[in-house]
Amino acid sequence: MARPGFVLEVDERTPPLLIHEGEGFRLQKFPLGARVIYPPDSLPRLKGVRNHIRHALEHPHDSEPLTELLKPGMKLTIAIDDISIPLPPMRSPDIRQLVLEEVIELAARKGVDDVKLYMANSLHRRMTASEIKHAVGERVFRSFYPKDLKNHDAEDPDNLAYVGKTDKGEEVEINKRAMESDLLVYVNINLVAMDGGHKSVPVGLASYRSVKHHHNVHTMLHSKSYMDPRPGHSAIHDSCKRMGDLLKANGLKVFTIETTLNNDTFPDPFGFMNKREWEWSLLEQGTYLAAKKANDLGPSSAKHQIWTRIQSPYGVTGINAGETEAVHERTLARLHEQQLVEVNGQSDVMVVGIPYLTPYNVNSILNPILVHCMGLGYLFNMYRNKPVVRPGGAMIMFHPVPNEFHQVHHPSYVDFFEEVLAETTDPSTIESKFEERYATDPWYIHLYRKSHAYHGVHPFYMWYWGAHGLDYLGDVIVVGGDPKTCERLGYRSASSFRDALEMAGETVGRSPSISYLHVPPLAIADVR
Amino acid sequence: MTTQALELFRSAPRYLTARAVGDKLPGLLSGPLAPVRFVNRKDAEPLGPGWARIRPLLSGICGSDLATIGGKSSFYFSPLVSLPFVPGHEVVGELLDDVDDLAQGTRIALQPSLSCLARGLDPCPNCAEGLTGRCDRVTTGHVSAGLQTGYCADTGGGWSKMFVAHRSQLHPVPEDLSDQKAVLIEPLSCAVHTALRANVDPNATVVVIGAGTVGILTLLALKELTKAGSIAVVAKHARQREWAGAFGATEIVEPKEATNAVRRETRAMKLKPERGAPFLLGGADVAIDCVGSRSSLNLALRITRAGGRVVVSGIPTEGADLTPLWFRELELVGAYTGGYETLKQGRTTEKRHSFDLATQIAQQNPIEDIVGAVYPLRRWREALDHALGAGKLGTLKVAFDPRLD
Repeated sequence: MARPGFVLEVDERTPPLLIHEGEGFRLQKFPLGARVIYPPDSLPRLKGVRNHIRHALEHPHDSEPLTELLKPGMKLTIAIDDISIPLPPMRSPDIRQLVLEEVIELAARKGVDDVKLYMANSLHRRMTASEIKHAVGERVFRSFYPKDLKNHDAEDPDNLAYVGKTDKGEEVEINKRAMESDLLVYVNINLVAMDGGHKSVPVGLASYRSVKHHHNVHTMLHSKSYMDPRPGHSAIHDSCKRMGDLLKANGLKVFTIETTLNNDTFPDPFGFMNKREWEWSLLEQGTYLAAKKANDLGPSSAKHQIWTRIQSPYGVTGINAGETEAVHERTLARLHEQQLVEVNGQSDVMVVGIPYLTPYNVNSILNPILVHCMGLGYLFNMYRNKPVVRPGGAMIMFHPVPNEFHQVHHPSYVDFFEEVLAETTDPSTIESKFEERYATDPWYIHLYRKSHAYHGVHPFYMWYWGAHGLDYLGDVIVVGGDPKTCERLGYRSASSFRDALEMAGETVGRSPSISYLHVPPLAIADVR
Repeated sequence: MTTQALELFRSAPRYLTARAVGDKLPGLLSGPLAPVRFVNRKDAEPLGPGWARIRPLLSGICGSDLATIGGKSSFYFSPLVSLPFVPGHEVVGELLDDVDDLAQGTRIALQPSLSCLARGLDPCPNCAEGLTGRCDRVTTGHVSAGLQTGYCADTGGGWSKMFVAHRSQLHPVPEDLSDQKAVLIEPLSCAVHTALRANVDPNATVVVIGAGTVGILTLLALKELTKAGSIAVVAKHARQREWAGAFGATEIVEPKEATNAVRRETRAMKLKPERGAPFLLGGADVAIDCVGSRSSLNLALRITRAGGRVVVSGIPTEGADLTPLWFRELELVGAYTGGYETLKQGRTTEKRHSFDLATQIAQQNPIEDIVGAVYPLRRWREALDHALGAGKLGTLKVAFDPRLD
């Protein structure tokens, strides 16, 4: 049985601890008494994954088995989670590939000819052919791409269906083919508790017209925890549920397949990053030293290549299929088993290392706005009940925050940084003054549809993810951050952890309590 | 009698070396490579009736002066000047003689064009219309060749203790206008001319490229004389950006961000060629190049919408890729210097001299601080050094004050 997550209190015997800082990492000494939140050990992987998939399809939750839902002559659409998960990308075969092969084989056996596949990329960038191929596998790719396997296009008016409004006035518009299908099968990878459930179809297959109702400053500020999709805890999930209910009421039949992965995040030779530092073997300690030296001395382009080529040896820990909510409840239970760590009380200071990868820079560059999203948006919000840090506390992040952008993937991010953040960092002002203009800018729309660019509005959502953190925290300090870039983001930069703690002292006093969220692999702090 | 003056003289070796290395080593242009010398020059004599002697109070250093000293000016100018000459065409001075209706001691701003009237000629068609900047006779008559005072061997120029000018060049300065403001009347009149040549429609999107004196004064003139919807200023240096903000630019961007900023503002499409800078399909209605470099003109041509207008106000020193001019069917308009301008107000039109308009704008706006440094003539090397690095040093206009010598 895998060991649960735990909270270490730093004492004299505690070695320096691994901390990520973009395409780099370091061993950092923490002050005595600091708490370190470690995720549970990696859960054992399922053996015979294909059998588990078949079992899930034949024994779904609150639904007829998939074989009974498939009928000759029917219109079947399969939607698939896009490149934003898992992180890093999963070593082949990707779990999506295995699920798809089973579903498609079943459909073929039942005489279903009209099958279309969509990458549910929402307002994310279109995946390239090779990225799709990696996710769905060679067989599916060869059989369906490009005619019947496409990226969802949230800006194609001919292929969007307006469904109506929820009782809260939220407009629901999704992929037309999906809406007109007799059955929509959604193939998911649930990396964090925020994903999946009703967040799959009403987000992944939606348009800006629809997404803007839950991706906004109001929902971000009116959520107790993004990692807790129970009703009343997360406004974004409540909105997605209302949309999901409306889709169901309008006749959309969804068969949801959700999968969970274990915490085997880093492959060899980076396997030591999955482990607790004092358990590193001599070989792993040597590997650390060699990797650290090579990484620090290597040219940045080579370093970037090495990091972006990492593929995780994830093991599958759960496969559930059937009705969306029934499935998601079980998915979350499995996910919590892997990620939840009980933490007693809040701290004055929360420390996180921002790794090289976020959902939106796969095969790309982690630009400053994504650093903000990862730090204040995602890692700050990796909690249930209440944040790891107390209200008005300080967050210390580790990242160099270079002023770098991927010109193809993130064109509107460049403008967001240069124009919007130059004027204000206040999410509400940004939303009211700039969002509409960026969201409807024909050039961004063109690049989203024809190139591989994130939608014009996407940097806004990245900023909104951090709205709760910005509102809640008293100070944000980035160790090693480029001072100019940090200033633009509204942060302060420090050259060392010691300096950062000194600076944080202005906000939280001279002897603050400190909690370090030791991720990745991922952990959710269940703060009591 | 002799007058102290800075004289620009012919020196092929200095000219060629300055042209070759002046950009990389600007210090040489005010040092050993300078084709300028501080001399005691024979007093300029009035060249006929209507001419008078002027004592400069302040005389600005213009970008065109620096281009000439740095060997950057086009050879096109060579028949339009007569060497050696005393530079200086942005002048506020004092009359040393009575001339026509103006009494000795009157403070004047110099309108530098040496047009038909000054040359004792019947007006050419352009001069007859009051467009003296377009005079076709700037090389003939009883005055040596010279498009302006400051480029003519006979008249002297502002970088001296005394020069001569014709009554047609003299504009009395109102008493309430300080010397610091009055010395800017000439560049401001050029800016007025530029703003009107831009023919800006109401609510048009205008981009001013460059935020030196020409750019900032053009911004001011656009604000005063047009109903532009937005005026973005492309400014290289931090202090220039402050100036642009102070004079009401709606957006201020660095050169590397200019294309993106215009694209955002106009919701244009941006394309990136295999080589060279990106360009827009769509873009600004009017772009005004107040720099005159290859990159600034390229930028203007690449960010202007199809059918839009590109105004060349800075003295162009290098060629640009004119493909957008052809493909986008742009209007390319030059704006050299002022004269009588036609102002349209509704259905009525009014003719006013750009100097009068400039004087009025100078009276109504806080522009005196634009003159950021004043030097005596004998400190000319430091003055030129300062002017060559004005952008970086946060200065807009450097001027000579011969009274300090």
